[in-house]
This record gives sequence, C-alpha cells and structure tokens, in this order.
Amino acid sequence: MVKVEFLGPIGLEPIEIEADTLKDVSKALQDIKEVSSWLDKCAVAVNDVMSNDLSLKLKDGDRVSILPPVCGG
Amino acid sequence: MELYQGPLDVKEIFNRWLEAERESNYGAFIPFVGIIRAEDNIEALSFDIYEPILESWFNSWVEKAKDRGAIIKMAHAIGDVPIHTTSYMSAVFSPKRRVALELIDEFVEDFKANAPIWKYDVVNGERIYAEDRSTPMSGSGILVKKENI
Repeated sequence: MVKVEFLGPIGLEPIEIEADTLKDVSKALQDIKEVSSWLDKCAVAVNDVMSNDLSLKLKDGDRVSILPPVCGG
Repeated sequence: MELYQGPLDVKEIFNRWLEAERESNYGAFIPFVGIIRAEDNIEALSFDIYEPILESWFNSWVEKAKDRGAIIKMAHAIGDVPIHTTSYMSAVFSPKRRVALELIDEFVEDFKANAPIWKYDVVNGERIYAEDRSTPMSGSGILVKKENI
C-alpha cells in the first residue's frame, strides 16, 4: 500500500491505495471525483522528492503527495 | 529558512540578518519584503506551507547562491497575515551588487512558481483559495497527460 496525501486547498484526507508505479496512482486518482478535476494542474512528489516519471516504481509504505498550484509571498 | 505563525516582525528579522553578516565583507545586501495590500475587501491573506519540500527547494537555492559567492535568507508566514503586515522576506548578500540584483530577481520569481505554499484570501473570516493567482508547479499535469496513461 502507498499513502496518497492531498496538499493545500484540495482539502481531502489522505488515502491508501495499492500501486506499483505512479501510473497506477494516476489511474486510481482519476476515478475519484473530488480529485480528478485537480489533476491536470497538480505536481507530484514521492517521499518529499518531486517526480516527473510515471514509471517510477513505488514500494510498500511510500508516500505520494499531490501539490496543487502555488502562490507564496 | 525561518517560518512563523502569523505576520513577520520585519525589523527584527532585517536587523538580525544584517547583524549576522556584519563582518562577512559582503558589499551588497538586497532584501525583498512582501506586504499584504488591501484589495477586494480582504481582511488578510492566509498561507499553508508544505515544509519538507519547501526546505529542499530553499536548500537548492542556497547551493546556487554559494556557487556565485552569495548567500540567501528567507522567512515566511504560516496562517493568517492581516493587510498592511508582512508575509514574506528574503535577502541576498553578495560581494558585489550585480550578483545580488540578479539573484534576488531569479529567486523571488522561482519562489512564486515552485515553493510549495498555498495562498487564501480571508473575507468575512472565510478562507478562499487564491486559485486565479496561483501557478502550477513545474511538472504539473503528469498524472493526466494522455501519452502517459
């Protein structure tokens, strides 16, 4: 199981899903109505490291963070 | 990097940063101070921060600055920051002015685009995500790109 957390304004509690790669996470999240509309503008981090690679292998206990558009300052 | 609940104490931070480098022989000190403006009936802005990624983002800039002989400092507020107070400070120290002027510009622009901080307007006590002023971080959309699925 990997833990998926939704940061900032997405406002959802973390979920746990079965996923071997980020591609699996992508498929799972597109089926969740409250999340799917955010995905086209969100970045992704795995264990607090930004990732651009959907083929990235995940292991049990990994943490995937979904980061919506930012505006500091 | 310094994070505070609520508005920053600008003078304390400014003085401390200046004092810390008093004898470091930097010829240029360029601070940037972000102040909350009154507009659209807001009472305050409010901020969420994801600290682990902010820390690594900031550390990568510390390294970039070091390569150019400079140092970077930064402070940011968490939670509500009322109008006319300060949510963000950063500063570059460098031996000569050119590096500091260029670095503060690059740093603040990348901060706006890639620091994991989320901004909300506070109107009548309600927090409203400032979506129209927010920027997708680099790599955004990876989870829905057609060629990836």
